[in-house]
Amino acid sequence: MNFETTIGLEVHVELKTNSKMYSPSPVSYGAQPNTETNVIDWGFPGVLPSINKGAYSYGIMVALALHADITRDTHFDRKNYFYPDNPKAYQITQSETPLATNGYIEIDVDGKKKRIGIHELHVEEDAGKNQHEDDGYSYVDLNRQGTPLIEIVSEPDIASPEEAYQYLEQLRQIVQFTGASDVKMEEGSMRVDTNLSVAPIGADKYGTKTEIKNLNSFVHVRDGLAYEQKRQAQLLMAGGAVRQETRRWDVDKKETILMRVKEGADDYRYFPEPDLPPVHVSQAWIDEVAASLPEAPAKRRARYVDSWGIPAYDAGVLTTTLEMANFFEATVAAGADAKLASNWLMGEVSGYLNAQHAELKDVALTPVHLAAMITLIEDGTISSKIAKKVFKQIIENDTDPKAWVEEKGLVQLSDPAVLIPIIDAVLDDNQQSIDDFHNGKDRAVGFLVGKIMQQTHGKANPKVVNQILMGELQKR
Amino acid sequence: MITKDSVAHVAELARLEFSEEELQQYTAQLDEILTMVDQLETVDTTGVPVTTQSIHLQNVMRADVAEPATATEALFKNVPTKKGTLIQVPAIIDKEED
Repeated sequence: MNFETTIGLEVHVELKTNSKMYSPSPVSYGAQPNTETNVIDWGFPGVLPSINKGAYSYGIMVALALHADITRDTHFDRKNYFYPDNPKAYQITQSETPLATNGYIEIDVDGKKKRIGIHELHVEEDAGKNQHEDDGYSYVDLNRQGTPLIEIVSEPDIASPEEAYQYLEQLRQIVQFTGASDVKMEEGSMRVDTNLSVAPIGADKYGTKTEIKNLNSFVHVRDGLAYEQKRQAQLLMAGGAVRQETRRWDVDKKETILMRVKEGADDYRYFPEPDLPPVHVSQAWIDEVAASLPEAPAKRRARYVDSWGIPAYDAGVLTTTLEMANFFEATVAAGADAKLASNWLMGEVSGYLNAQHAELKDVALTPVHLAAMITLIEDGTISSKIAKKVFKQIIENDTDPKAWVEEKGLVQLSDPAVLIPIIDAVLDDNQQSIDDFHNGKDRAVGFLVGKIMQQTHGKANPKVVNQILMGELQKR
Repeated sequence: MITKDSVAHVAELARLEFSEEELQQYTAQLDEILTMVDQLETVDTTGVPVTTQSIHLQNVMRADVAEPATATEALFKNVPTKKGTLIQVPAIIDKEED
């Protein structure tokens, strides 16, 4: 029996606001527990929530970037549940009238474009954080309570773990480029829950789905889904049935593990939030947000390819993060050749960052310095060998490359009047190599160039050296 | 017709504990309330938007500006047990983080 797989994803994204969704307490990371909250977050008697317009605007922005239809008249709803990280005993969300519906993300499947539908996008509030310790107690920090979230729910259009991976990567890029969120899985500002079911090909209804929670990287999502796909198919082949259950991905064992069996739908007793008035989203508000919407990654890629002649693959790498794309554009704006800037960023810069486990913001390199260094290489002031030294200097220290090259005497030697005596001296000392050259041993040239480089501490312009050397060799 | 089991279920969701006698009493009362709701259902509301608010206000929002947090020591006056500035609670068995 052959099966087809159906996957739907629910993604929570933390918005980069100054204040909480329904209270004016600050949104911050890494603060001392329970120091960035207020009486509204704690659900004290008599407090009233209020809607953060900036957070709602961010939600509209992401919805527009996902080609979704903005719901013009909305209200908020209460989702009731008891848990220590949620002192109000309810979450204010939008269940009946989500912020937006009917969007899509385009992914690439075997060279063909495929649209994954977005069922809805709504705003809600995050809960606090629980810490579980082995002293018999749990501990609660409510700093995160009330942090604005958007939840993005896909249609069940995803047919494989690889498509799920691509969807998430595209979603992450699109949201990051709007500036609404950092979307970092490792920091919890992007969280993914998956639903997967399998059914015999051609079946008229979906199979029973299982949910995987607590996935903290896209690779884990892909691996977890691949495991679940196989597990369910094997279960059905053996004549068994899939139970509706929540599972988690065990990174070490590389398998999904049962957390709990779901019996019926969760009973959250939703009802309209009485403490918040409804929101009407005017065309003027949508237009205002649309006007401030930064350029989407796909548009940037097209611009790099069309205007700057960057290969499509390279344009894809450069737009992996907003930081990289902005750095690239700033380097070009500072006067660097686009292709060279791209090569340096994808090569040396990325290599350095990977080795140091760092990000662009953690290093001293600036677009202006990178552009200046590229210009020094292009106009022949420094050799590509010296460039590596200069690069190390400017990525580790906030140094102007031109001044540094002059100060350290690293300017390339291109003047024949200086180079000829050095080359002559090397030839005088290496008669054997001259003989070898005349006997057709090309390796002799490389040996002599090496000697000349040694004499000039690597500063000789290899092109000029080669020219002079060949001329001198013919004469001898 | 609401059953006693439904009332017991809703009570559990609300973390309320009722005696057998109370359950019977509330089942009867809730049944009366639902009968009245059924009566309301007979009114033709075709084309009438759902009412979600009793006050005629909309778009009451604030700018995204942070204000200082409530002092931690003031908030902790209502915390029975703590460790540092963490709230101490009985061990949570279900480690799920939503």
